[in-house]
Amino acid sequence: MSDLFTTLSQAIALVSDGDVVALEGFTHLIPFAAAHEIIRQGRRNLTLVRMTPDLICDQLIGAGCASRLVFSWGGNPGVGSLHRLRDAVERGWPVPLALEEYTHAALANAYEAGACNLPFGIFRSHGGDLALENPKFRTLQCPYTGQELTTVPAMRPDVAVVHAQKADADGNVLVEGIIGVQKQVVLAARTAIVTVEERVDAFTGLHPNACVLPHWTIDAIAVAPRGAAPSYAHGYYDRDNAYYIEWEKLSADRDSFLQWLDRHILSGAVPA
Amino acid sequence: MNYTPDELMTVAAARLLKDEHVCFVGIGLPSAACNLARLTHAPGITLIYESGTIGTRPTVLPLSIGDGELCARALTTVSVPEIFRYWLQGGHVSIGFLSGAQIDRFANLNSTVIGSYQRPTVRLPGAGGAPEIATGCGEVFVIMRQSARSFVSRLDFMTTLGHGDGGVHRSRLGFETSGPTKVITDLCVMEPHPQTKELTVTSLHPGVSIERVKQATGWDVAFALNLEETLPPSACELEALRDLQERTAAAHAG
Repeated sequence: MSDLFTTLSQAIALVSDGDVVALEGFTHLIPFAAAHEIIRQGRRNLTLVRMTPDLICDQLIGAGCASRLVFSWGGNPGVGSLHRLRDAVERGWPVPLALEEYTHAALANAYEAGACNLPFGIFRSHGGDLALENPKFRTLQCPYTGQELTTVPAMRPDVAVVHAQKADADGNVLVEGIIGVQKQVVLAARTAIVTVEERVDAFTGLHPNACVLPHWTIDAIAVAPRGAAPSYAHGYYDRDNAYYIEWEKLSADRDSFLQWLDRHILSGAVPA
Repeated sequence: MNYTPDELMTVAAARLLKDEHVCFVGIGLPSAACNLARLTHAPGITLIYESGTIGTRPTVLPLSIGDGELCARALTTVSVPEIFRYWLQGGHVSIGFLSGAQIDRFANLNSTVIGSYQRPTVRLPGAGGAPEIATGCGEVFVIMRQSARSFVSRLDFMTTLGHGDGGVHRSRLGFETSGPTKVITDLCVMEPHPQTKELTVTSLHPGVSIERVKQATGWDVAFALNLEETLPPSACELEALRDLQERTAAAHAG
């Protein structure tokens, strides 16, 4: 068996204070178990990168792990806003949080540029105000047509953290369903940590075009059943929509959040 | 048959969609309208969600743009960079269906902040896919509940370009796509004037007065000379919408 396999706690020990940590999973395969371990290990001053910071970032931010958030859509999907994120941005609790904001297309291009070892991502301009507020949006002229195009710097996180369905004995990882930017973020990052629902001896019956991350692209794998809950793992369990609605209440004020944090994360129990 | 203003809005929005459309779907109100169209008069429509699902056919409305059912019942699912780069930017999507927190007279949209960007009074979720959907799709439909707070004379932040400052501003910026061509609200239907691109009321929903629309619009809104009345929802449309919403509520209660 591959020596990539380790415990969740040892895998997350690869994350250091001050790192740029991308936790991806586009509404699917969100690495909640890994994030909870980051909270338990007390990491501080992280730059979190995530296209859709939802509950997972609200929890990390509320627990005081992050000083910066790079994102393109921040909310509790279909429910409302993220109260811990807003408390940190608007009132600096528990620590101030700086925002670096993109569009989905911009951040997807930044990850892809990182994976491709290009210095920047390039795409068609969109004309909105965001480029005025985030100086990392730049433009350049097409050398062939003179057309103006938008660029953003490549996203090269220190650490990528993703969840996936399964790993085989060699440590190859299979991602199925909504694959988001899982492949791009793993290839773009200096260190890649993967949690999986289960380890199998060998993959069987794979479609030749399946999304597989070869073992040599990964630095650590931890088996974490239900590690994406309350989001979902295609083929394993559904999204717990009721929990997303419940989070609105759990996160609404500092006391109820701290109670949740203490009861479900710091005590080591499985989140309700 | 009785119906609510929201139901009429969703039905009127759904009617804009055709079987042959390839539609990039925003979450919330657009998703309801797009799926209602698919379940009624446009069964062949291709719905695309930004999570990468192409040919999406959910039985209930998703709470997020990446609910499992979207993928399980889609024709195919591609990566997020691929959906934005190849399919949207590549020019393969005919319709973008969006909403927002604020809209102005030239159908520019705000989904980022109320107040200033640096010190907002309300921090909204942000851009997501909207800016590139609005410029990458052949044309854009907008669905929003109408009030003087949301239909404003000046946006706090222009997340998503509609017709900019109006007239030929959009094409002068280099965009060859049409931008917003219809705005559907719970009171009326608006369309950009062919030359000025200023939103003009072209159809009033039944029982809605001109005065009421004026009060719910933050600029001195214009009305078309041949102002029409929106057809009320048919029994069939209402039944399909209510079934969809009942299934959705039951599914999300967990």
